Amino acid sequence: MLRFVVRRLLLLVPILLGLSILVFLWIRALPGSPAIALLGERATPETIAQIERQYGLDKPVHVQYWKYVQNVARADFGDSIVSRRPVIEELRQKFPATIELALAAMIFSVAVGIPLGFLAAKKYGSLLDHASLVASLIGISIPIFFLAIILKFVFAVKLGWLPTVGRVSVLIDLEHPTNFYVVDSLVTGNWEAFVDVGKHLVLPAVALGSIPLAVVARITRAAVLDVQNEDYVRTARAKGVAPLIVDRRPIFRNAMLPISTIIGLQTGLLLSGAVLTETVFAWPGMGTWLVDAIDARNFPVIQGGVLFVSMVFVLVNLLVDISYAIINPRIRYG
Amino acid sequence: MRGKTLRFLLLLAALALVIAAAGCGGDDEEAAPTDTAPAEEAAVGGTLVFGAAADPLVLDGALVSDGESLRVIDQLFEGLVTLEPGTTEVIPALAESWESSEDGLEWTFNLRQGATFHDGEPFNADAVCFNFERWYNFPDSFQNANASYYWQFGFGGGFANPIEGAAGPEDSIYKSCEAVDDSTAKLILTRPSAAFLPALSLPSLAFHSPKALQEFGADEGRVDEEGVFRPTGTYGTEHPTGTGPFKFESWTRGESLTIVRNEEYWGEKAKLDSVIFRPISDNAARLQALQTGEIQGYDLVEPQDIPTVEGDENLQILDRPAFNVGYVGMTQSTPPLDQVEVRQAVAQGLDRQAVVDNFYGGRGEVAHVFMPPEIFGYTDDVTQYEFDPEQSKQLLQDAGLTLPVEITFCFPTDVSRPYMPDPKRNFEALRASLEESGFKVTPKSAPWTPDYLGLVDASKCPLYLLGWTGDYGDPDNFVGTFFQDPQPAWGTDKNPNQEVMDALDAAEQEPDLEARTQAYEDINRLIADWIPGVPYVHTSPALAFAANVQGYVPSPISLEPFSIVSIEE
Repeated sequence: MLRFVVRRLLLLVPILLGLSILVFLWIRALPGSPAIALLGERATPETIAQIERQYGLDKPVHVQYWKYVQNVARADFGDSIVSRRPVIEELRQKFPATIELALAAMIFSVAVGIPLGFLAAKKYGSLLDHASLVASLIGISIPIFFLAIILKFVFAVKLGWLPTVGRVSVLIDLEHPTNFYVVDSLVTGNWEAFVDVGKHLVLPAVALGSIPLAVVARITRAAVLDVQNEDYVRTARAKGVAPLIVDRRPIFRNAMLPISTIIGLQTGLLLSGAVLTETVFAWPGMGTWLVDAIDARNFPVIQGGVLFVSMVFVLVNLLVDISYAIINPRIRYG
Repeated sequence: MRGKTLRFLLLLAALALVIAAAGCGGDDEEAAPTDTAPAEEAAVGGTLVFGAAADPLVLDGALVSDGESLRVIDQLFEGLVTLEPGTTEVIPALAESWESSEDGLEWTFNLRQGATFHDGEPFNADAVCFNFERWYNFPDSFQNANASYYWQFGFGGGFANPIEGAAGPEDSIYKSCEAVDDSTAKLILTRPSAAFLPALSLPSLAFHSPKALQEFGADEGRVDEEGVFRPTGTYGTEHPTGTGPFKFESWTRGESLTIVRNEEYWGEKAKLDSVIFRPISDNAARLQALQTGEIQGYDLVEPQDIPTVEGDENLQILDRPAFNVGYVGMTQSTPPLDQVEVRQAVAQGLDRQAVVDNFYGGRGEVAHVFMPPEIFGYTDDVTQYEFDPEQSKQLLQDAGLTLPVEITFCFPTDVSRPYMPDPKRNFEALRASLEESGFKVTPKSAPWTPDYLGLVDASKCPLYLLGWTGDYGDPDNFVGTFFQDPQPAWGTDKNPNQEVMDALDAAEQEPDLEARTQAYEDINRLIADWIPGVPYVHTSPALAFAANVQGYVPSPISLEPFSIVSIEE
C-alpha cells in the first residue's frame, strides 16, 4: 500500500511537468497579449510593447519556460499581471474558498444522493423510483447558473431566508487564520459568523451539488440493484440474517465501490462547475479567478492555477483509489 | 422493510430541516444596516454597501486607471481641484484659488489651510511638491502605460529618467514644483495647456501623505532576474493615506473594502459612518443582491434590468449624464476606405437611428460628432449623414466600384460597455443597413480583450465597433485621444490628416476658453467632413439604489462623492 501511494505521488512530477508545458504553450498560442487586456480601449502599439518588455513576454518561449520552472521549484509562481500581487498569495485565499464550496456541494450530493438512490433501488419500479429518476435527469440537465438564479429568486428575493452573494456578510467581523471560513469561525469561536457562513454556503452548495447529486443517486441505485441479486446476498437472506444487516453489510458495502469512484471523479468536476457557481454567487474562489485570468491573458495566474488544480485532481483520485482498499479488502495494490 | 424506509425518510427529513434551519436563523443580518441607526439621526450615520463590478487593484491613484480603483480612491484622496458633483465644471478642492502667468507656464496655487492627511500629517506646499516629484521620478516599472496611465496620457506628464517608449523631460508638461511658502505651491510647465486644470481633477493626481508613502514603501519593490518589478510595499493595499472625507479601514479581497468617516475632515463631514464596497462581477447577481438588501446600490445597470428596478417601489434608478460616444471606426489605410466617397457611403449606409431606438432602452441619442453634448466645444452643426441607401450606392458607383462592395466589419463578443450594451445586436442591425446600401459585409468577431482590441489596433478591421467614455471634462480627452496622434486603428499611421492634428495641437494650447470652444467646434466640423469613422450613439448609463438612499449625484465621469450620500429612515 505504502509503495503504491509513493509511486502514485512520484508520478505527479511527470504529470505536472507535462501539464505545465502544455499550459505554457497553449496560453501563449492564444491570440492577444496581456498588455492589450490591461489597457483595453487605451492600448496602442507603443504601450503594448512597453508592458510586454516589462513582464519579459518579448523573450523566446523556451527562455520564459525555463525561468518559470526554476521559479516554481522555489515555490515562486510569479506575480499576477493584473493585481500585481504574488500568485501564491492569491491562491492561498482563493483555493480554500473553492474547496469549502466543493466540499459542501459534495456533502450535500452524497448525503441526499446515496439515500435517494438506495431508496429508489429498494422500491424498484415504484413511484418513488420513477420520481427520483426524473429528478436526477432534471438535476443533470439544468444549467447551474439557471438553477442558481431560480434558487436565489425563491429563497432570497422572495422568502428572504438566505443571502445571495459572497461567503460571509460584510458586517460580520471574522478573522481568517485558515481562509476556510467554516473552520475560521469555529476556531475563533465566532458562532454568529458560523451561522452566517453556513447560510452563505447553502444556495451555492445546492446549485453546485445538483449535478453530482443526480449522478450519485443514479449510480447508487444501479449498484444496489446489481448487488442485491448476487448469490451472497440471497444466501445471507436465506440464512435468516436480519434485512437491516443485509442492507448495511453485503449490499451497501459492495455498492460503495462504484459509488466512491464516481464521487472521486465528480469532485474533479465540481472544481470546473465551481466556475459558474462562483460567478453567479460572487464567491471569491478559484473558478472566477481563473476565468478572469484567461480573459486577461494573466499568464502567471493561469499557469499557477492550472498546475494547482491538476495537482488536487490527481490527489483526490489517489484518495479514491486508497479508499477502495478500505471498502473492499480484496483489492490489493502492489 | 418498512422500518428502513422510515429511517431513510427520517434522514432526508432531517437533512431538509438542517438546510431550512440554516436558512431561517438570524434573519436580518443581511438587511439594510441602517436599521441600527438611531431614529433621530436618520439622515446622518449608517453604512452603505455598494456593489462594485470588481475589486480595486490598489488604492494608489497614481498607479491605476481602472474605474473600480478610482471610485474608492476618489473618496479617500483629494487633489488641487475637483469637479462640481454631477458636472465637469472645475471647482476648488485643496487649492482655494489659483492663477497662471501670462504665458500659461507658471501656475500658482493658494492652498487650503487646516487640511490634514489621515495620519495627522499637515497638507501643505511641501506635500504637493513631494507628490509631483514622486510621479515625475517614478521607477522604471511604474512608467508603463498600465501603471501611470493618467499621469502620462491624462495629464501629459513625463519622467525624469524615462524607460524606452516613455516620455522624458522634454515631452513632459510638468517641469518642476516649487513650495513658495507653506500654503503656496507653484507648478512650472514646459508648455501651456488648457487641459492642464481639468486634468488636475483626476483622482490619479490627488495627494498622498509623504510620510505614509515613505513609511509603507509605496514605490519599493525588488526587480527579479527577468527584470520584472515585484512591489513589496504595503502602502496601496493597507495604508492609503489622503485628506478626503473618508478614511481607509479594511480590505478583504474578493469580499469587501470598508472606508469610514474622517472625523478630522477640513470640510463638511461625510454623512455616512462607513461605506463598504463589495465586488460582485455578475450583473444578475448584483441586481438580486440589491433586491435582497445585501447591497444598497450598484453601477452599470443593464438596460434589460431597468424595468425590474423601476417596478420595485423599494428601489430607484438614477441616470448618469451621457459622457461617452459609440462609433463605427474605419481603418482608412485599407482600400477602398482610403477614398472619402466610400467613407461617406458607409456613413450614409448606417441606420444609426434604428440602432439607438431599438437597443438602448430609451437611454441613447444619435451622435454626430466624436464628443458628448455635455462638453464645451460640442456642436451638431456639422455635415450630417442621414441614412440613405440609394445615395450610398450612388457614392460607391461614383468612386468607380462595382456593387456590392465587399467589406469586413468586426464586432466584439463577451463585453458590455455603456456605449454598446450588446455589440452583436448593434452589429447585426448596422450590417443589415449596410447591405441594403450596396455593401456586402463579411462579419468578424472576437472576444473583447485582448483579441478584439488587438485586431483593431493592428489595422485588421476595416470597419469596427468601438467607443470611449471620458475621463475628465475636456474635449481633448475625446477628439485629442482619437486624432491628435497617428493611430493604426484609424489607419492614420499611414494616412495621417495633418490639418486635424495641427488644429488639435493648437486647440489644446489655447488658453482662452471662448477661443478654445470655437476651435473644437471647428475641429468637429473638420472631422465630420473627413469621416474617419461614424459616431452613432451617446448613452446615459443607469445606476440602481435602494429607495432610501439619498444624495447620490451621478457624475458624467463616473466618480461620485459618497460623502454627501445619506440613508433615510
